[in-house]
Amino acid sequence: MKAITANRLTDGRVIYRTSQGHWSTHLAEAARFELEEAQTVLALAEGEFGVAVGPYLIDLDEEGPAGQKWRRETIRLAGPTTGTTHTLGLAGEAR
Amino acid sequence: MYRYDEHDTALVRERIEEFRDQVTRRMDGRLSEDEFKPLRLMNGVYLQLHAYMLRVAIPYGALRAEQMRTLAMIAREYDRGYGHFTTRQNIQYNWPALTDIPEILEKLADVEMHAIQTSGNCIRNVTADPFAGAAADEIEDSRPWAEIIRQWSTFHPEFTFLPRKFKIAVNGAGEDRAAIRFHDIGLQIVENDDGQRGFEVWVGGGQGRTPRIARKISDFIEPQDLLSYLTAILRIYNQHGRRDNLYKARIKILVDSLGIDAFREEVEEEWSFIREGELKLPETEIARIRAFFTSPLTADPTPLPQTGPAAFRSWLDTNRRAHQTPGLSSVVISLKPVGGTPGDATADQMDIIADLTERYGFDEVRVTPEQNLVLPHVRNEDLFAVWDVLKDHELATANAGLATDIVACPGLDYCNLANARSIPIAQAISETVQAAGLAETAGDVTIKISGCINACGHHHIANIGVLGVDKRGEEFYQITLGGAMGMDAAVGEIVGKGLAGDDVPGAIARILQHFQTLRQDGEAFIDTLRRVGSDAFKEAIYAELAA
Repeated sequence: MKAITANRLTDGRVIYRTSQGHWSTHLAEAARFELEEAQTVLALAEGEFGVAVGPYLIDLDEEGPAGQKWRRETIRLAGPTTGTTHTLGLAGEAR
Repeated sequence: MYRYDEHDTALVRERIEEFRDQVTRRMDGRLSEDEFKPLRLMNGVYLQLHAYMLRVAIPYGALRAEQMRTLAMIAREYDRGYGHFTTRQNIQYNWPALTDIPEILEKLADVEMHAIQTSGNCIRNVTADPFAGAAADEIEDSRPWAEIIRQWSTFHPEFTFLPRKFKIAVNGAGEDRAAIRFHDIGLQIVENDDGQRGFEVWVGGGQGRTPRIARKISDFIEPQDLLSYLTAILRIYNQHGRRDNLYKARIKILVDSLGIDAFREEVEEEWSFIREGELKLPETEIARIRAFFTSPLTADPTPLPQTGPAAFRSWLDTNRRAHQTPGLSSVVISLKPVGGTPGDATADQMDIIADLTERYGFDEVRVTPEQNLVLPHVRNEDLFAVWDVLKDHELATANAGLATDIVACPGLDYCNLANARSIPIAQAISETVQAAGLAETAGDVTIKISGCINACGHHHIANIGVLGVDKRGEEFYQITLGGAMGMDAAVGEIVGKGLAGDDVPGAIARILQHFQTLRQDGEAFIDTLRRVGSDAFKEAIYAELAA
């Protein structure tokens, strides 16, 4: 399955396209598409002005980000893995 | 330290208003991202994995206490309570909102700081020896020259759209602590046989996917000719540098393709037209800039402390550096607590350092290419008081130059370009090395980690380098051995196949253990490596993995 992700214009936070055509910081609210539909919606998102910067497709499975970019997308989703006190916990705040 | 004049102030304030308008137009849709991106990059604003990143320039790494306090305030009020000091002596904030950035830039301007030319294909922040004006081995203070270059290169209309970014470093000491051989232009202050000071000029060094040690283009450029000579080099690069291929656009590739002799000929010809023109630096101007950079004197020099707790003694041994003035020392404030994020400092830590800078440091603190901080001037009688405060704030790790003093780029935890994580690898290596007691016993060794071939973690010039790569979605790490950044500059060589992340800390520990079996007469790691060759370490790296 595919989802569409981007960064939020105002603050750069990671966002996902919902089935209502909005954007959410929660992956659980992301619309899931087959490839062809995902490409159609992506083209639509690319043409929109407003919330999102640089939308693109990501692979998902039941557990979350999948495919060759799963680690990158997991870090985008969950925040840095550096584990120090000043990033641990804070990185997930927006989600 | 240099203080802004009315021209500096006006330039910076005008740029903020310009950028504020650009942000407004981006927000209301008058600018697309494609139109806005080059504008934000000119102001140090990147879009990374999770957020915008703001890179703030710290010219030649030098800060006053009030500037450090402002950096702390920005970390606290506009970011997530910390900042990341970089190998180019700058600071990066990982979480600012785009809409806050004009206001952040105003706060920076209040203390004579900005984010101009920290990105884009222009002349970037000029770097220098972090011990300039203090080091015992100094020929001449490099800061006035770095400042002269900063003023010349800021908003230089001819060099705003170069083929690629351009980095200049200045070193004025016997030991190269500015990595001049790995910059587009490296300047070494030298003294000729007549006792006259000038610049040895190196060109075409760099790291990234095509690491090159700079080649010497001139043995001696007189001080008054510095800007005309730099201009001649930049003009030849601007004219002939490749704009058709991002990966071949740096000056190092041009020097490769022309050859240093032909490149020199072109530069000399161009220089002949401009040498006697308006770029000739008047003695009065050199003297005016020099006057900003005085070093403190002590009327009654005190010897080094001979007593104190063992931890203090250990810190003096590793983190103190000799000063050119009797009674003073320089100290390295390590931003490398074992298991911590290299180069990160919290807002509270920055405030503490600002206090120390003001109280004991003659109002000057520096950022190093090793992602640490330096108080360049501390009275010997104040060393204990400085340490005593640092230790209460996780800033007194006694590891400057040791195996736990690891340089790491932000890597895949933050960076949009990275293929693999760097910081967790650095954390695991430092914990493993410390637990094995190797940090103290192995002595001076440089370990640097990059999360991709762009080499922001400077792995090419590390005695032990670690390069993160992506293989079909999995992180692997290549080990390089033999790199060095100083007068004996060398690019490290890959020693074998890549390792999984979990295997890297153990491999590094085995390298250091094996080194101690090969070491002769207190050799440094790099000297043993050069004597025995990197093959001697292969078994240590891979044997246990094979088993």
